[in-house]
Amino acid sequence: MIRVVVVGAAGYIGGELLRLLIGHPEVETVAAVSSRFPGRRVDGVHPNLRSATDLLFCSADDVEECDTAFLALPHRTAMAQIDRWIARAKQVIDLTGDFRLGDPEVYRRYYGSEHVATHLIDAFVPGIPELHRESLRSADLISVPGCVAMAGVLALYPLAVRGLVEPTAQFDARTGSSGSGATAGAANLHSVRSGAMRVFAPTGHRHEAEISRHLGIAAAMTATGVEAVRGVQTICHATLRPDVDTSAVRRAFREQYRNEPFVRLVAHQRGNFRYPEPKILVGSNFCDVGYAVDEEAGRLVTIAALDNLMKGGAGNAVQCLNIRMGWPETLGLSFPGLHPI
Amino acid sequence: MTTVHICPKCEDQVQISQPARLNEIVECAGCHCELEIVALNPPVLALAPEVEEDWGE
Ligand SMILES: [Zn+2]
Repeated sequence: MIRVVVVGAAGYIGGELLRLLIGHPEVETVAAVSSRFPGRRVDGVHPNLRSATDLLFCSADDVEECDTAFLALPHRTAMAQIDRWIARAKQVIDLTGDFRLGDPEVYRRYYGSEHVATHLIDAFVPGIPELHRESLRSADLISVPGCVAMAGVLALYPLAVRGLVEPTAQFDARTGSSGSGATAGAANLHSVRSGAMRVFAPTGHRHEAEISRHLGIAAAMTATGVEAVRGVQTICHATLRPDVDTSAVRRAFREQYRNEPFVRLVAHQRGNFRYPEPKILVGSNFCDVGYAVDEEAGRLVTIAALDNLMKGGAGNAVQCLNIRMGWPETLGLSFPGLHPI
Repeated sequence: MTTVHICPKCEDQVQISQPARLNEIVECAGCHCELEIVALNPPVLALAPEVEEDWGE
């Protein structure tokens, strides 16, 4: 058993981490740090954990040494506290945006402030098992990507890495309300959000920079909030290089994801769920990926769906932990989702 | 016994239990399309006709 701490444990990602880690057979969750609720019961904030734990939230100062610290903090907070957690934990798995971008200048452009721990940027391994599995086996600093970025990267990576598409692509993402966090303000009132299809980032979304970084192409992204609590769906529009046909696209996806435990190819000819649908992935760690090709126009459309709190956050972080510890990658992550829901 | 064939839609492998019958319908596990056995020796698979969906096009 290893001893883990969740920092920022009262948020949605923090709660999802606690749910997964409390149920994980190799992990003892020793502390749930919250600056808002120290001393209060964890299951008061996360009612789904009633009878699963008697843990109380604590302050960061109460935490002694541990094996692994998960940082589920607001953006910019992780880099301000990073030295403290590196000193107390053997591994730090960061779920904020602070160490996702490799370049402090790009960070400033997308996050609007200076990076305050630039000396550590290169030390973080991106928490994308499908791209960085070998590096993750020995990584002590892991930066888990954003939910929309994860979907966007998995949607196009097999084509981009093989040079089968032109080096620019558009990503149209739709996302549920839980992506706004547990402390969202007036913009996320039910009266404002319900029934809306709100375009909240037609340009400049932070995950755009991450997608560009990992795919090595110029990504342009739009993001729309839709009527769902959990879920992200990203549709990618790309142009195929000359002479790339449907067969080559299919082969790229098959080869790339054949042995991936959490990526499933969904491009079906029949049934009610022919392409990736976030709804049936709620609570699961799968990312479903599909594609369609217009050979005449040389146009490729790929689709990726995931649960933003799972493969788009906490689930993916636990998958990274499993890899780092040499455990089976699916340990504690086998829930297949619900249908109907 | 089963014989292995290639799906004409997605090129995934499709297994057919033998002896197969002419006009038998099998489903591809890769793309979930319905395939009809249109010849027997050797077996030939063709896409079975299907009903189109319209979601407001
Ligand atoms: Zn098929």
